[in-house]
Amino acid sequence: MTLRILSVLLAINSLNVHANDHLSVSSENINMPAVIMFIVFISITLGITYWAAKKTRSASDFYTAGGSIGGLQNGLAIAGDYMSAASFLGISGLVFASGFDGLIYSIGFLVGWPVILFLLAERLRNLGKYTFTDAVSFRLQALPIRSLAACGTLAVVILYLIAQMVGAGKLIQILFGLDYSIAVSIVGVLMICYVTFGGMLATTWVQTIKAVLLLFGATFLALAVLYKFEFSFNMLFAEATKNHHLGEAIMSPGGLISDPISAISLGLALMFGTAGLPHILMRFFTVKDAKQARSSVFFATSFIGYFYILTFVIGFGAIVMLSNNPSFMNEAGNILGGNNMAAVHLSKAVGGDIFLGFISAVAFATILAVVSGLTLAGASAISHDLYASLLCHDKVQEKNEVMVSRISTIMLGIAAILLGIIFEQQNVAYMVGLAFAIAASVNFPILFFSMYWSRLTTRGAFIGGAAGLFTAIFCVLLGPIVWVDILGNTEAIFPYKYPALFSMSIAFITIIIISYLDKSTQAKKEAAAFDDQFVRAQTGLGAEGAVTH
Amino acid sequence: MHEIYKKIRNNPNFLNLVRLRNKISWGLTVIIISCYFTFITIIAFAPNIFSQKIFHDSVITLGIIIGLLIILLSIFLTGVYVYIANKKLDKMNQKVIKQVTKN
Repeated sequence: MTLRILSVLLAINSLNVHANDHLSVSSENINMPAVIMFIVFISITLGITYWAAKKTRSASDFYTAGGSIGGLQNGLAIAGDYMSAASFLGISGLVFASGFDGLIYSIGFLVGWPVILFLLAERLRNLGKYTFTDAVSFRLQALPIRSLAACGTLAVVILYLIAQMVGAGKLIQILFGLDYSIAVSIVGVLMICYVTFGGMLATTWVQTIKAVLLLFGATFLALAVLYKFEFSFNMLFAEATKNHHLGEAIMSPGGLISDPISAISLGLALMFGTAGLPHILMRFFTVKDAKQARSSVFFATSFIGYFYILTFVIGFGAIVMLSNNPSFMNEAGNILGGNNMAAVHLSKAVGGDIFLGFISAVAFATILAVVSGLTLAGASAISHDLYASLLCHDKVQEKNEVMVSRISTIMLGIAAILLGIIFEQQNVAYMVGLAFAIAASVNFPILFFSMYWSRLTTRGAFIGGAAGLFTAIFCVLLGPIVWVDILGNTEAIFPYKYPALFSMSIAFITIIIISYLDKSTQAKKEAAAFDDQFVRAQTGLGAEGAVTH
Repeated sequence: MHEIYKKIRNNPNFLNLVRLRNKISWGLTVIIISCYFTFITIIAFAPNIFSQKIFHDSVITLGIIIGLLIILLSIFLTGVYVYIANKKLDKMNQKVIKQVTKN
């Protein structure tokens, strides 16, 4: 397998005629350190997958690694699941381009974590089994709730996957000189291998290793930058303002967020979207109890927060070290390969080809870890929520459920490859935003209300969640990015870029009103069942046990 | 299970636990949400506040300091919660479960 990939890599590299002239890594000289490190990473992760495959037998093994992951490792895996190439390259690129504004995004991506810990993590672990939907349908009717939550999950997973795949294809094209569709296919095939054979255990290890590599690489980059400035932030920032065409404006809020509605809407989407991401919520079932779930959020928050501080330093370092260096800039004064390449170029500037190779391999590992987590969450929604619970009313044989899960993984992987190729030339930046908006307007409200409000009824959750879902989708379709920029209309019907303020409000209000109006006997039963649910959520008594083997 | 749950619900120690946990988790939630949305609102309505330089002879602005503080605050608050939960809440929880399952 490894040898085959190596030969494909080499063959493609030497034959590559698609390399655009603005590509940073010249296609004639393959970056050998990158290729070697990349192959080492793949060999190790495939080895782990082989080991994990032997241990993955039951449904619980497949979905949650048997609940055997410890708090620290789960924290690392969460960080690895969450810190995408978009956060690493995208945020350092944003800092490189506009300074302070990059910080607004980092903070938004981070502040959801304390909220997850304070309000959701422990209760979720106590109530659920494999997916967050288990917790929601604890006292609500399975059929409508699981269908809705599966829609919410799949919508988030597919949008996120497309954005990751397109980003991956372009990045690998630049870093390794590989053809776009080959790059997307390699990512898809590796991800299918990890998840299909190794389930959650392999996925967890891929995410853990990636998190360690990414934290290590980013630390080295930031230290190299600080070393150059004698560890004085003052000097770093002063030099940056001198080198950037915006001057001292990079130290202040710029044009990223101009009107208050967009600002608050974006803030809501980032904060509560994080708390509704299915691949993240799923990670809380891989630990043995609420205590471990709790400590994993602490570790994850620390790693992610530390990482965002590093990206800020990296972005400013890139401003100083790349801006006036002709080997990284084109004649128009733009950075080669676009702003997202800032961290990659910086790695070459501070550590030569070897470190460039390392960071390239890390970027690749980053993508693999995120798409694996997403695919596993999507496959679980299909096999556990739709197939086992809905079609078979929980009377399914475990073996069949795992089989369906594996088939779904393969189908999702193939779909991701195809969608990645179809969307190559499209603007996909809005998709992650939409995924966060859907997570904040569907998954988060139903999960939150199911735990905190005894009057929530199935009808309220279903209609309200669906209203949130459709509002988010329509607002984005009719908004400035899709309606104007992509479809070419002159004026947006929905004037704001970020829908969360509206879609979340509609979801919350609809859920409350419909639940209040629901006088059915089913609604009374559901309200009565809240007490038991409450005690289990608080005490963990009766929660899914840790060890079943 | 239903019977045990019912017993727990009427246990005064359980009610204390719930009250304390609510106080802590909602208190911390309000802190982080209000800090974050104050930050966002200042950026949206009065970005000049964040443009002020706060050190003599340095380009570092208030916005950058506040931004970094929010990152550190997020880590700190999760640490606080985990510390209290490990030290206090878990013990109260164990006590409730022991009391109820004994009788």
